[in-house]
Amino acid sequence: MSIRILKAGLLDSIQDAGRYGYQHWGINPGGAMDSIAMSVANILIGNEASEPVIEMHFPPADILFEENAMIALAGADMRATVNGQAIPVHQPLLVAKDSVLRFSGLVSGTRVYMAVHGGWQADKWLDSCSTHLKVKAGGYHGRSLQKNDTLLFKKSISKPAQIPCTLLPWRANLSGLYNAGEFRFIEGNEYALLNARSRTSLTSASFTIAQQSDRMGFRLTGPVLTLDSQQELISTAVTKGTMQLLPDGQLIILMADHQTTGGYPRVGHIISADIPSLAQLPAGKKISFSKTDIASAEKAARLQQANLQQLQNACNFRLQPFFANES
Amino acid sequence: MTTGYTFYPCGDHAITLALGDRIDAGINERVIAFFYYLSSQQVEGIKDIIPAYHTLTVVYDLEKLVKKSGTASVYQKMHEWLQAAWLRHTGDSAVMRQMQIPVCYHPSLGPDLESVAKSCSMDIDEIIDVHTSIPYRVYLIGFLPGFAYMGTIDARIATPRKATPRTLVPAGSVGIAGRQTGIYPFDSPGGWQLIGQTPLQMFNVRKDQPSLLQPGDEVQFYQVTLTEFNQIRADEYPHP
Repeated sequence: MSIRILKAGLLDSIQDAGRYGYQHWGINPGGAMDSIAMSVANILIGNEASEPVIEMHFPPADILFEENAMIALAGADMRATVNGQAIPVHQPLLVAKDSVLRFSGLVSGTRVYMAVHGGWQADKWLDSCSTHLKVKAGGYHGRSLQKNDTLLFKKSISKPAQIPCTLLPWRANLSGLYNAGEFRFIEGNEYALLNARSRTSLTSASFTIAQQSDRMGFRLTGPVLTLDSQQELISTAVTKGTMQLLPDGQLIILMADHQTTGGYPRVGHIISADIPSLAQLPAGKKISFSKTDIASAEKAARLQQANLQQLQNACNFRLQPFFANES
Repeated sequence: MTTGYTFYPCGDHAITLALGDRIDAGINERVIAFFYYLSSQQVEGIKDIIPAYHTLTVVYDLEKLVKKSGTASVYQKMHEWLQAAWLRHTGDSAVMRQMQIPVCYHPSLGPDLESVAKSCSMDIDEIIDVHTSIPYRVYLIGFLPGFAYMGTIDARIATPRKATPRTLVPAGSVGIAGRQTGIYPFDSPGGWQLIGQTPLQMFNVRKDQPSLLQPGDEVQFYQVTLTEFNQIRADEYPHP
C-alpha cells in the first residue's frame, strides 16, 4: 500500500500537530502550518485530527497511487485532478489503484494537505512525525518528498473505487474555522515599548507579506515601527504567532518552524485561532491587525474547536455505514 | 536572593515567569532548578517548558484546554498553577553536570581568531588561554537544536557579533558574541566570531538525548591539536 512520487513538488513534507516537549533542547516544534486544514483532511476520512498529512506547496508533486485508497485534500485549492478528472478540496474520495493525482493551477491558498484513511507510514522522531529538515529526522527520512519516493500508508480500501476515483457524498463546511478579516493579536511583553505613533500604525496601517516568508516566519513590510527607547533585550522564549520587531523596524510573525528563543522585542502575538488563515496567505498579500485580549483569543479558539468537533461528529456519522459495508 | 518575579502571557497559549531583568548565574540557576522541578510533574495540557536566561515559559495546549475549561479562563488557571508551583518549589538546584569540550583553535577552523586577537590587543595564544581558563555555564539552549548559550567569558576577549553574518558557519564552530560563547551544532548562517571548532557532534539525532549539552551544564573547553581534532572527529562522525 503506497503512493509513488512521479515528479517532485516545490516543498512537500509530512507534518502533524508538531514536535512539542523538546524546546528546552532548542528543537523547534514544526508541524502543519495550517493546522485546521490538517484536521479537516483527517476528519473527513475518519482519522484522528492530528494524524500525519502531506503538506504541499505550489506546484505540488505528481502522485501515483499503487493501491486503492480513501483520501481527502484540504487547505489550498490547486486544481487537483485524478487521471484528469477534477476533484474538489474538502471532500473525501476513493482513488483507484494506478491512478495519478496532479495539481494544475493555484486557485486559492498556498498550502494543500493530503490525508489518507488509516494514515501514512511515517518516521517518528521525538514523539512526532513532522519533518525536521534541519536535523533530517521525522516524516519521510527527515526530508521533503522527491521523485520516485515510495510512501506507504497503513490501510487499503477493499471496496473498489470506480476508475479513476469516486467522490463520497459529503463536504466539509468551513464556516467558523477560518478568519477572513483582520488578524487579531494580543499584546506582547514589549508592546508597551512601542512609541504612540507606532502603536497606532500597528492597528491602522496595512502590512505586506514579503517574499522572504517561509515556514519559519512571515516577514512583513509596512510602516517602520520604533520603540520609545532602544534597549538591549535578554533572549527569551517565543511562540508560534509571536510578532517580533526587527532592528530595521519591520515585523516578522513566527510560524510553525520558528526558533525556540529570540532577542527581538515581542510587540504582539497573533491569536492561535487566526494562525491557520495567515498560513494560507501568499507573499505580496496585504494584511492588517486588530488588538484583542486573551479572553477573546480563548473564546475564538473555543469556538473553532467546537466547530471542528461538530465536523468530526458529522463525518463519523457519515463514515459509519461506509465502513460497516466495508468490513 | 530576593529578586522580584512576574508572570506574563507569551501568546494566547503560553505563560512566562520572569525573574528580575538581567543575565545572572544565580537567577539562571533558579530558573533551571524550577525547570527540572516542573518537568517532573505530570500536568495535563503542558506541551513545553522552555528555560531561558531569566525566564521560564510554559507552552500549553490551548485547543485541548479550552474544550475542558467551559468558559473559565485557561490563562488564569495556568497562572494560578504556575504561581502555586513556584511558591511550593523549594529552590533546590539540580545537580550540575560538568562537561569537557575539546576545541581546536587552529586559524583554519577559527577564521576570526586573528581579527579577534587583534581587536583585543592580544596574541592568539592569550585568547586561547583566556577562553579555556574558566568553566562556563550553559544558560539556555536556543537558536538551533542543541545550540548552547554559554557565559560569561572574560571581558578582555568579549567581541561583538560580526556586522554581516556569514551565510555558512560549519557545524562544531565555536564562537564569541559579546560576553557569550557558543557552539554551532549544524551548518547554518551565523554572526558569531569564530575562534575554533570542536570535533564533537553537538547534536546527534540518533541519541535519546540528542543535545550533548543541557541547560545548567558547566562546560570546560580544552585545547586539542589539529591532528587530535581530526582523530576525534573521525570517531564522532562515522560518515564524514
